[in-house]
Amino acid sequence: MIQGSNMAECHPVGFRWVMEAKARGAKVVHVDPRFTRTSAVADLHVPLRAGSDIAFLGGLVRYILEEDRWFRDYVVHYTNAAALVSEDFRDTEELDGLFSGWDAESGHYDPSSWAYEGAPASVPTAHRETATGQPGPERSKHRKPSRTDPTLQHPRCVFQVLRRHFARYTPEMVEEVCGVPRALFLRVAETICANSGRERTTAFCYAVGWTQHTIGVQYIRTAAILQLLLGNVGRPGGGILALRGHASIQGSTDIPTLYNLLPGYLPMRKAQADGGLAAYLERNTAETGWWHEFPKYAVSLLKAWFGAAATAVNDYLFDALPAIDGDHSHMAMVAAMADGKVKGYFLMGENPTVGSMHGGLQRAALRKLDWVVVRDFAVTESAEDFWREAPEEVETEVFFFPCAAHTEKDGTFTNTQRLLQWHHKAVEPPGDCRSELHFMLHLGRRLKALYAGSTDAKDRALQALTWDYPTVGPYEEPDAAAVLAEINGYRVADGAPVAGFGELAADGSTACGCWIYSGCCAGGENGPARRRPAGEQSWVAPDWGWAWPANRRLLYNRASADPEGRPWSERKRYVWWDEAAGRWTGHDAPDFPVDRAPSYRPPRGARGVAAIGGADPFVMQSDGRGWLFAPNGLLDGPLPTHYEPQESPIENPLYPQQRNPARLEWRRRDNPYHRAAGDPRYPYVLTTYRLTEHHTAGAMSRWLSWLAELQPELFCEVSPELAAEKGLAHGGWATISTARTAIEARVLVTRRLPAIRLKGGVVHQIGLPYHWGSKGRVRGDAANELIGFVADPNVSIQESKALTADIAPGRRSRSA
Amino acid sequence: MAPSKILDALSRWPVARQLRDGDWTALAGPARSPRTEALAPRTERADRVVRSVCPYCAVGCGQLVYVQDERITDIEGDPDSPISRGCLCPKGAATFQLVTGSHRVKTVLYRGPYGTSWETIPLERAMDMVAERVKAAREATWEERRADGPPLHRTMGLAHLGGATLDDEENYLIKKLFTALGVVQIENQARI
Repeated sequence: MIQGSNMAECHPVGFRWVMEAKARGAKVVHVDPRFTRTSAVADLHVPLRAGSDIAFLGGLVRYILEEDRWFRDYVVHYTNAAALVSEDFRDTEELDGLFSGWDAESGHYDPSSWAYEGAPASVPTAHRETATGQPGPERSKHRKPSRTDPTLQHPRCVFQVLRRHFARYTPEMVEEVCGVPRALFLRVAETICANSGRERTTAFCYAVGWTQHTIGVQYIRTAAILQLLLGNVGRPGGGILALRGHASIQGSTDIPTLYNLLPGYLPMRKAQADGGLAAYLERNTAETGWWHEFPKYAVSLLKAWFGAAATAVNDYLFDALPAIDGDHSHMAMVAAMADGKVKGYFLMGENPTVGSMHGGLQRAALRKLDWVVVRDFAVTESAEDFWREAPEEVETEVFFFPCAAHTEKDGTFTNTQRLLQWHHKAVEPPGDCRSELHFMLHLGRRLKALYAGSTDAKDRALQALTWDYPTVGPYEEPDAAAVLAEINGYRVADGAPVAGFGELAADGSTACGCWIYSGCCAGGENGPARRRPAGEQSWVAPDWGWAWPANRRLLYNRASADPEGRPWSERKRYVWWDEAAGRWTGHDAPDFPVDRAPSYRPPRGARGVAAIGGADPFVMQSDGRGWLFAPNGLLDGPLPTHYEPQESPIENPLYPQQRNPARLEWRRRDNPYHRAAGDPRYPYVLTTYRLTEHHTAGAMSRWLSWLAELQPELFCEVSPELAAEKGLAHGGWATISTARTAIEARVLVTRRLPAIRLKGGVVHQIGLPYHWGSKGRVRGDAANELIGFVADPNVSIQESKALTADIAPGRRSRSA
Repeated sequence: MAPSKILDALSRWPVARQLRDGDWTALAGPARSPRTEALAPRTERADRVVRSVCPYCAVGCGQLVYVQDERITDIEGDPDSPISRGCLCPKGAATFQLVTGSHRVKTVLYRGPYGTSWETIPLERAMDMVAERVKAAREATWEERRADGPPLHRTMGLAHLGGATLDDEENYLIKKLFTALGVVQIENQARI
């Protein structure tokens, strides 16, 4: 099931394995507003209205529940279906599309009524926990539910709550919301049910077609509910696979250059809830489950960063870390920049005036800076467009540093499967081209020198920072292997590498830069550099690269065996309990305490890892279960609910609540929205996408003649009906406008993007690839100029996949 | 020319060889010549072959980088990779042009306040200038505490946005140094 992704065109070589599976009998279903090359080779293509996926997936959830197609043994034992939810919880069914806890004044939910019965309320550990201004426990109060009903009959058990919540997502409602005919919907439902169970599994693949929405996290949550009900998580051929778009975008999430995280998904220090290291550890250490280990990872990180200066007496210099006190994510930061609050900005291999949202606001922000550093192959739009039009008005200094290519440096990329692969340096970089590793090391050395004599407390962290990486070669390039060794972790006493996060300690005796990567250099071997040929090892290929955590290729793979530890079926055998040896074994590294028998039941009052029962596969969760209902962690509800996008031409057919109430808006004059569904100015749905021949904002493709020649010009896809309605000529020009601005593109009239027929009438859709800009070998308008600043509350990702637009024949006004 | 030589030349004429061999499509023997026999792919002349990974999407296809005389002469798919089994897509196959193309800028460029064009400046000087500006911005915008009490210990005067083709090790140094400087506005394509 591929939905929210055009895998054949955006991940062509990965898609090869989908075709291999199809050749062996797998069914491929593609749900997408556009008919693409993925659809062309799928068994079934289901066009739906952009922005309506939760209604479609919710329809599948209801079908599985009402037709009794769920995997009973899996659901009862491995999910939280039996847990009882707090008496205070109220569902969207009772509150016209809102959950209990909504505070209209603050625009936030108080999630305390979503907890399990008898469990204390906790602050979500998600992205915007600080924006709610509520200091308090995060993971520390997470624990098992106090009451369960394994018969799943209690009206407040998760299973019954789920059933009531999704009751209105009928096939008729799916047709009304998504424009998918009932018969086609039922074919999809039957296909996934027929391909799930003990003998078969179904996998979901998604990409940014699911994330770039004001309710994007809940799209993926709906898929998680479906896959848990069908028993498709932790099993070979199952799962929900995020098809990520960049070579190391997974790596930049794990070792986060993200404001709210420290490496390995440890939260940043928070101002409102500050109380030093002890309070930080207390709040984040779960009573039960793997996050009980939290202090080991946090203290080891501080030891890796601050070395000998970090001691138990000074709380390992925790207080030297900066604190966050709100949303400082990409859009928040650019808005602050446009308001003149930021002086200096680093853009490292990123071209936001083309690749991010609302290019006009991005350029306005750059004009307010004192200086910006841009590092890339060539001078990008972000380095030049903002000052080129009126240089005499723009004070911003611009530094352009040419970067080294991946062939000119050692290092690891983490791919979409969590696999770390080392790329070796082939040649020295030309001229003044340098790696970001080089730039950071030498910038750090200079700053350490500038602050060497300071006695100011604010400079303590910089002074204590371990920064003595060895360098190699004529340009003093830092040794990437030495950096990876610090990420892996080592014993402080003798510097010996640790074998994995199991060896980390909270007493300052170990250092580790990212606990989930710990073990990648076990025994001093560079795990990511391993390259045993595919033909010389098992199909799981454990000796190619290294996957976090602990070289496990399939997360939560304990669930591939039944509660007694036997494979659910011979056909789907993966990891199982070896009674004679008293160990878990199988094709992969077991994702479970390796000697914990399936029969193990934690004693009353057990804490931490000891509290994980022998049949509780989801070890990171406080209750060891897959969550159908999320008692904490989310800011916009414990269950997914269909809301219309921020900008939609129709009213929400499911609830009086039109949009995600908790969405993030930036209400400012330079970021207008099209608010009313009935407002005729922008009557069409616009969705953006990528092409095989170009790469995101184009800095790695538009400058290359081979790729530029293949896709030379921006175009928009429209249906023959819309073309006729608006007088658009195939091959001619069109101007596409949103509440922000207008751009121009060549017209491609095609049946590939069909008009969607709903009860209330026809909804036309416009498709736009977004790779072009003003520079490079091939140029054109950037589609992302049209996108506004508006975001999902959990992760602050913008809504690029469904918004409203108008289209007219002809080129745009030059003054626009 | 002696008749034997004429006959010899004629016998090497591809049309004659086609007629003699009955190879009407000319896809076998007649398509070969001493020159084509001597041809070899430039990958065979490489001094070394370096293992790499495609820098475009996150599938992580294996690449083999061929180097001759300290220059990259070709980039091909790695047949050993269990992920890609030697395949590359159109972007991956264009990696050679990405890393060797004439589009690459090789000097540091600087545009001063109200400047109308770029000027080339030395790398070391540019690094010094950036370090000084980081310090100045940090000093000017340091926040020790919020007005209502909580500690901030940071600067909101600096920000970073990274692409997602950065190595793990690079992200690690970015996060480590900027956090130690008190920068919290550290973001990445991963949010987009």
